[in-house]
Amino acid sequence: MHKYIIKRTLLMIPTLFGAAVLVFVLLRLIPGDTCELRLAGSGAYFDESALKICREQAGLNEPMAVQFARWMWGVVRFDFGYSMWTGRPVTEEIALRFQLSLQVAIMATITATILAIPLGAISAVKQNTWVDYVTRGFSIAGLAMPAFWLGILIILGLLISTQRFLGEPWMPPLEYIPLWEDPGRNLIQLIWPALATGYRFSAVATRMTRSALLEVLREDYVRTARAKGLIEKLIMRRHALKNALLPVATVIGLEFAFLIGGLVVTEQVFNLNGVGKLFVEAVGNHDYTLTQALVMLVALVFILTNFVIDILYAWLDPRIRYR
Amino acid sequence: MRHASMRTALALGLAAALALAGFATTAAAAPKKGGILKYIIPAEPPSYDGHRETTFGLVHPIAPFYSLLIRVNPDNPASPTDFVCDVCAEMPKPTDGGKKYAFKIRKDVKFWDGQPLTAKDVAATWSKIVFPPKGVASARKGQFHMVSKISAPDDETAVFELKFPSGAFLPALAAPYNFLYSAKKLAQDMHWYEKNILGSGPFKFKQHQAGAFIEGERNPDYFFKGAPYLDGFHGIFSSKLAVRVNAIRSGQAYIEFRGFPPSHRDDLKKALGDKLTVQESDWNCSLMIAPNHLKKPFDDPRVRRALTLAVDRWGGSQYLSKTAIVKTVGGVVFPGHPLAAKKAELDKIAGYWPDIEKSRAEAKRLLKEAGVKEGFEFTLHNRGVDQPYKIVGTWLIDQWRQVGFKVKQWVQPTGPFYKVLRSRSPQYDVSMDFNCQAVVNPLADVFKFLSTDRSGSNHANYTDRKVDELFDKMNRTGDIEEQQKFMREFERRILDEQAHYFITLWWYRIIPHRSSVKGWKISPSHYLNQDLSNIWLEE
Repeated sequence: MHKYIIKRTLLMIPTLFGAAVLVFVLLRLIPGDTCELRLAGSGAYFDESALKICREQAGLNEPMAVQFARWMWGVVRFDFGYSMWTGRPVTEEIALRFQLSLQVAIMATITATILAIPLGAISAVKQNTWVDYVTRGFSIAGLAMPAFWLGILIILGLLISTQRFLGEPWMPPLEYIPLWEDPGRNLIQLIWPALATGYRFSAVATRMTRSALLEVLREDYVRTARAKGLIEKLIMRRHALKNALLPVATVIGLEFAFLIGGLVVTEQVFNLNGVGKLFVEAVGNHDYTLTQALVMLVALVFILTNFVIDILYAWLDPRIRYR
Repeated sequence: MRHASMRTALALGLAAALALAGFATTAAAAPKKGGILKYIIPAEPPSYDGHRETTFGLVHPIAPFYSLLIRVNPDNPASPTDFVCDVCAEMPKPTDGGKKYAFKIRKDVKFWDGQPLTAKDVAATWSKIVFPPKGVASARKGQFHMVSKISAPDDETAVFELKFPSGAFLPALAAPYNFLYSAKKLAQDMHWYEKNILGSGPFKFKQHQAGAFIEGERNPDYFFKGAPYLDGFHGIFSSKLAVRVNAIRSGQAYIEFRGFPPSHRDDLKKALGDKLTVQESDWNCSLMIAPNHLKKPFDDPRVRRALTLAVDRWGGSQYLSKTAIVKTVGGVVFPGHPLAAKKAELDKIAGYWPDIEKSRAEAKRLLKEAGVKEGFEFTLHNRGVDQPYKIVGTWLIDQWRQVGFKVKQWVQPTGPFYKVLRSRSPQYDVSMDFNCQAVVNPLADVFKFLSTDRSGSNHANYTDRKVDELFDKMNRTGDIEEQQKFMREFERRILDEQAHYFITLWWYRIIPHRSSVKGWKISPSHYLNQDLSNIWLEE
């Protein structure tokens, strides 16, 4: 197992390097640069000399190979440089937002898990009954509805209903307060995006739980357990559900990793100052250094999540052994 | 006699009632101190240095921290020609045949660190803007090409010497980006103000959380006694229009200073009723079309004239203004400015004729003469932003269809859009372009239309020395009548004779805000009147 962990850790290096090369090249294929946007984007008069200076300061006039070498040299020293747009250190920009995105991801994952596993299990056990149909309808609706759209509906619903019943329209706070500073205000802001994304997330996991459990329930060892006279609850908990959770854990893990940088539109809808919103702004501003660092961060989160899932497999299924 | 007494009594009663009403109005309008203004800002400042940036995303959150030398009159911001002193004691009368301006600086202006702001700081600031040292970016340096020297002979006098008298000089001075910096800080590090804030404006910097908010608190030493009225401000950053609208609806923000489309104004009015006040104004931004002279057949003035003749601006203004942030029909100068074309003058320019049928018939005739066949296809290059680009782009396609063109729209995100637009190549046929300035300064604002070797923002890619000559003439005379005469010729050359460029419609600014926000008056630009010193809250 130890050998496996070391091997997997070392494998992260070429994967991350591949991601680095890819994002570096792809970003520069998009026409335009951050200086042009910054000065010409407002439609106001600007002096062409300012554009030249801006490009020099951002290092954009250097050959691509030099830019890449400089960036990679920084990356190996954990120095991701400065945002080309704001001039602030990239790590500072990301650290500010990471906390919020992580909290939303955790809350959405908890929401999804709480909804998905019981609903998926009930749906499988009560297959082809009205309970199953309702649950499947609920999860299909979640798959069909984008999280950001649900978010818009939630905000509009809150605005309209509060105006009608309380006289003054209300919507979740626009500004983030850390959990330890004001838990009430923090939760009242983040519960809504967590519900919006958690619902879509739960829909995927519910369907996965249902199909995995249906498969397991047809296995010989479940039939044997029943033949032995074990009670249904025990069969479900000890034999069926635990084995059915393997693919569910993969789905939950990958979805969690996606939420860290993937809540692009939902974060905008709720004005959450998270990694997703930062991503959109960085790409929109042609902020190469920041976008590159964000891609590396998301890649790292995915790699680590996959790694944790693999370890979790071994715990969930003792037959799995890594060498 | 009796009737006379009755009339007298009625008149007295009416006068008393009016006086009372007047008193009540005055009493209600008296500014109150206190409160935090919560407003929403659609873009974040890339840096804190006003001299370097061009976005309103810098002005809205940062302007309250700084003073200017002169500014647009905050009590009359709608006027494009009313400039008043900020840190100067009085507006100077130019001497030396209009070539020398000596500004007397107030003695009671201080930076927050307690240091007095003197003429030395004014001269150092302006030298940075007009004559930036190597490696220091100054976005508007070119607007001060008429300035030859800036000096401070003593602590109370800042002198600007010009190479020639210019009507563009004072309006350019009043631009809201021209924050006054400390000479001492600039001497230590010319880039210091990019990452730090130290001003002498109505508010002191409190904190800025990147991507989230910015806060300021009242500057107790502000030199305009009694101002500002607010205890402070809290600006929330949000780029999403729906969030900004909902923020005002829910009371999390009281105002947004850029502008909303008409539909959002109507939604907010419906939801909030009397709690909402709407201010509207013509906007110093124009949406224009750049036919690429490097691409055939747009190198032919007849084809370009046909393009503009096909567009029904007067009709478009009526219905586009219901959905988009455009409304006003105008020429190259901001409508309402003394240098702008009057309606009768506009009516004679191609594309502004009152009879659109006649105009389109002429367009068809010109196309036939130029050998452009019915159904000729071309592409309109446009920016991937709904308001107002894509909406106006779609409208234009229909306008051109009516004279026989078949037009496709090529919509690009802002970055690639600018890359292509600024490429000086035949990469596009016809492109949407825009001109959006702060202070209304027509003599400088029309710089865009000069030949490509003089103007970096001429995206129609032409060289026309007659245009350049007219620009120079009107910029080197202080006589308003001469300026008007040259401007009309300049406009006719650009929009009609050569149809190098053409204006579609000017933007229209709509600011719906909570009625509790008082004292703020809309201006023709979202860059102006943003120091928040005259705003107060009723509740």
